[in-house]
Amino acid sequence: MFDLVSFIPRAVAQSIPLLYGATGEILTEKSGNLNLGIPGIMYVGGICGVIGAFLHEQAVPADEMTALSAIGIPMLASLIGSLLMGLLYCFLTVTLRANQNVTGLAITTFGVGFGNFFGGSLIKLTDSDVPSIALSATSNYFRQALPFADGLGWFGRIFLSYGFLAYLAIIIALASAYVLKHTRVGLHLRAVGENPATADAAGINIAKYKYMATCLGSMIAGLGGLYYVMDYACGVWSNDAFGDRGWLAIALVIFTIWKPNMAIPASILFGGLYILYLYLPTGMNLSIKELYKMLPYIVTIIVLVITSMRNKRENQPPESLGLPYFREER
Amino acid sequence: MSNNCQPNGHTRVNNQPLFHITKRKALPWYYTWGIRGAAIVAALLTCAAVTSLLTGENPLEVFQTIGYGAFGTTRKTWILLQNLAILLCISLAVTPAFKMRFWNIGAEGQVLIGGLATAACMILLGDKVPNAVLIATMVISSIAAGAVWGGIPAFFKAKWNTNETLFTLMMNYVATQLVAFFVIVWEVPKGAGKIGIINQDTMAGWLPQIGDYKYLLNILIVAMLTVAMYVYLNYTKHGYEITVVGESERTARYVGIKVDKVIIRTMLLSGAVCGIAGLLLVGGTDHTITTTIAGGRGFTAVMVSWLAQFNPIVMVLTSFLLVFLDRGAGEISTVFALNHSFGDILTGIILFFIIGSEFFVNYQLNFRKNTGKEGKANV
Repeated sequence: MFDLVSFIPRAVAQSIPLLYGATGEILTEKSGNLNLGIPGIMYVGGICGVIGAFLHEQAVPADEMTALSAIGIPMLASLIGSLLMGLLYCFLTVTLRANQNVTGLAITTFGVGFGNFFGGSLIKLTDSDVPSIALSATSNYFRQALPFADGLGWFGRIFLSYGFLAYLAIIIALASAYVLKHTRVGLHLRAVGENPATADAAGINIAKYKYMATCLGSMIAGLGGLYYVMDYACGVWSNDAFGDRGWLAIALVIFTIWKPNMAIPASILFGGLYILYLYLPTGMNLSIKELYKMLPYIVTIIVLVITSMRNKRENQPPESLGLPYFREER
Repeated sequence: MSNNCQPNGHTRVNNQPLFHITKRKALPWYYTWGIRGAAIVAALLTCAAVTSLLTGENPLEVFQTIGYGAFGTTRKTWILLQNLAILLCISLAVTPAFKMRFWNIGAEGQVLIGGLATAACMILLGDKVPNAVLIATMVISSIAAGAVWGGIPAFFKAKWNTNETLFTLMMNYVATQLVAFFVIVWEVPKGAGKIGIINQDTMAGWLPQIGDYKYLLNILIVAMLTVAMYVYLNYTKHGYEITVVGESERTARYVGIKVDKVIIRTMLLSGAVCGIAGLLLVGGTDHTITTTIAGGRGFTAVMVSWLAQFNPIVMVLTSFLLVFLDRGAGEISTVFALNHSFGDILTGIILFFIIGSEFFVNYQLNFRKNTGKEGKANV
């Protein structure tokens, strides 16, 4: 029998990094920037959180930590790290008008390398005597679920058993959806992504909106990396463990047709597909599992094809997506 | 035109920005390459600074270690050349697609699937057919597999304008899982989780070795491919059509080029060359297959190709630069017991500098003279 009560919480836990990444990328793309650097930025967000937490744990014994510093320091480090990556991307693509695809891929190369390098060398670089990076004390603060969740049976397990970053992801997604759709700032941002020349003529500062949206998007995506190490992986960093989630997050953006609120169910669906192979019967043949792992990618491809076939006007990407804006070139 | 979107725009006199940006006319080649060379030098200095910061070594010795890692011994030099050949091969593969503005970031998967086809021939036909027939089958099947893998996204792009960046990206993971599946099916011994060296005793299906040089054949094949691709892109009708489609699809339609056909044909070619890279990796070098055999080179190739402005000959230089750094960084990681991803960080730094330098190739800053009149000054 398919065990939904154990499946759903795991699917949700899988989905949170995807949700952060997708929300961040939607904001970015709404400004007309196609940031393929998101996978790298998520690594940077994760490892910066780890570095912050590691230094904090080295300096302060576990029983003297307060919740505020244990959560605040890694989170701040993570946000700063991913903000810097976002700024770098913006500087190259907005100010210097470089090709967005190439810049994004370079950011991803750099970010993944940065994450793996510090993940693998942090202990050596700080001359500490711990065998591996296991930030269980910090992780416990991040994983703290609501105290009464256990008492509520299946309801508690499905809805209340997550760390605060999971709920934050949903709040951020809903807030972004609201801002994009119902506020003046959101309207301006969409105008910048659709037709920067017109927006410019209307007096909107294109560079400012692109910088703001992309940097904010990077910071949100970086939190996805932080959630992954601190909550999902219980504070244990292992190289390449984060895997291809960043790319899936970018694929989710198309799946959700650029709507952050749609990203919530969509990422949970993807999270489910991501771990479905653990629940499907394989019989004696273990190799079938490897084929099941294709599911999220195959589904993405099918969705891509279907949305392009239907070709509805409201389901299209922002019109100037991927193009640099140069006022004098109209 | 007073409110330029430059960050420095706030330092104004008389409501005029300090400078404004205009597009350059074509620069003489030594100018452009001077700018790029300066960017590379600046990047190398930054790399050295970062390395000394992390290792405490003085920057000169850092360069020495990098040089040793790349050219220190004959063996290291051969490995460098081999890595250069494979990266160059994949970069050549993605180039026609990029020139057409088709963002094929699925080279990773196309290489993998080419390698998988090669491995399948080696394993299934290993002892059953003469070696020459086997190698011919391997060549054909790897090229066909790569072409199919590249052709599928191209078909949907041509027919329904499906986003090719994500489609090719997803195809990477499908290929990875396919390889993972067959690795388990063919694993030797059962439960090992890997295939091991295929046909170790008979060497059936191993590409021939020229003299004592293990990698020479790969290098020669890629050298020939480089020239062929250069000719194809610059001196053939196909190459011309690719350029026109890349510059403007509407123009291409107007002059009677069948855009759909060009897209599909070019991607078949792109995938086929990736398939050759897979063949060289599995049949000519490793004689085994793993899910990481392409090792991220499908993505690096995108940047190699773009940095060389899609010129196959210049790609020799750009891929050399990246492979050189990678090998050098590997040496630094070994010497200082650091993680091997250090190379990616250095690669990233170099890329940022070169990407940024393109701005100064394409645009110029026109500073406003303090007298209030606009003056032009090249930077």
